[in-house]
Amino acid sequence: MKKTKIFAAIGGLGLAVLSVFLIAADHIDAPAVAGTNSDITDFYAFRAQDQNNLAFVVNVQGLLAPGQSTEQAEFSENVLLEINIDNNNDLIEDRVIQAIKRNDSMYFFLKPQVSTPGLTSTIDTETFVGSVKISTTTDVQVSSSNANGMKFFAGPREDPFFFDFTRYNEIIAGTAPGFNDPGNDTFVGTNVLSVAIEVPKSMIGSGTVGANPLAPSTSIYGVWVESKRKQ
Amino acid sequence: MKTYKYLMIFVAICTSLLFVQCDDDDNGNVIGAVTCDDGIQNGDEEGIDCGGTACQSCLDAIGFDGNYVQEDQMGRPGINTVFGSTGMKDAFNVTTPSNMGAAFQASFETKLLALNPGYTTNLAGLDAATFTTVLANDVLWVAETGITTYFNGTEVLTGRTLQDDVIDVSLILIFGGPTNSENPTLTSDNVDSNDVAFSASFPYVVAPN
Repeated sequence: MKKTKIFAAIGGLGLAVLSVFLIAADHIDAPAVAGTNSDITDFYAFRAQDQNNLAFVVNVQGLLAPGQSTEQAEFSENVLLEINIDNNNDLIEDRVIQAIKRNDSMYFFLKPQVSTPGLTSTIDTETFVGSVKISTTTDVQVSSSNANGMKFFAGPREDPFFFDFTRYNEIIAGTAPGFNDPGNDTFVGTNVLSVAIEVPKSMIGSGTVGANPLAPSTSIYGVWVESKRKQ
Repeated sequence: MKTYKYLMIFVAICTSLLFVQCDDDDNGNVIGAVTCDDGIQNGDEEGIDCGGTACQSCLDAIGFDGNYVQEDQMGRPGINTVFGSTGMKDAFNVTTPSNMGAAFQASFETKLLALNPGYTTNLAGLDAATFTTVLANDVLWVAETGITTYFNGTEVLTGRTLQDDVIDVSLILIFGGPTNSENPTLTSDNVDSNDVAFSASFPYVVAPN
């Protein structure tokens, strides 16, 4: 009875989730047609191999079929990716790392302080911190010898996300009682376009304690990624 | 001897006049003139016709001007997908995090209780209002020092690594109840890791299929 109630309740969500899925399916086609997309599929932030650094991975244009990533999708010169860093837990960005494609490379900028936070951005070339040639499947380029200690990568990668998304949709739609064991990873064999950045923590200031109620004494940065299109 | 001296002065004067004339000649016509439109990297240029003392910077020559307006954003995984709904998803993507709580916490709480009508608290000890307040402020917390993980059994929401099973964490927090003993068929998708291993070194994500 309890489960029936749950499924009746979550059945209402089915349409919304289905539409999300269809949007995702659209993204398989869009890059092949237009070669441009601002859709963010995933965002990771973690302590780097060099523990003085933080690593960020931003993925866009998901569900790319295997074997032809660079032909299917490419970064757009009109889409600016921004990693926002909030140092003082007011949910407003204090520093921003920007990435945008020009010609065969990805260019990176780090605003050391943000004067006009929000939904519209400009690029200040005085804040340039490095660039890297965009990789292909066979020509992998990593920029790691920058004087500032930052590292950069941009190009097609295996999609690191794992989820039995198909079964989830069936549960939400009320046609399955629960997850299978073992489950089936919907994202096996698919690719994304990745931008990876490593930055010394000394370049982004300190976090603040008290932001995370589950780790109240841990100094925390609040981070999020945005995509913005040139007007 | 005296003649030689005069000759030297004459040569010196002529030479200096030549330099003055060269300096005054804006049109060049002097072999080796450096300009910012000659199609080659010369003088103190840092690239072809850019950089150095005379030309515009090479970055400005590439061109990064213009205004860029937001279309999408993401903090924690799956927030908009699970808690957003038709008509709200686009609005969520163009709402700054500092305005998200006021705009979306109530609808997130409604959605949470629709997903799990039996929700009381979760494994993190958060009631529905507190949990959805945390979720609606959609920024990813990252520890400045120490372990960064979405959840590793001890640390909670101190980052997100490639290995973290964020789906199971989300399912447990939504469906598992205060001791993760409720709705056992809904608290794991039983896909616990990626199909290929990640790299220990930059860029961490691995070669495409």
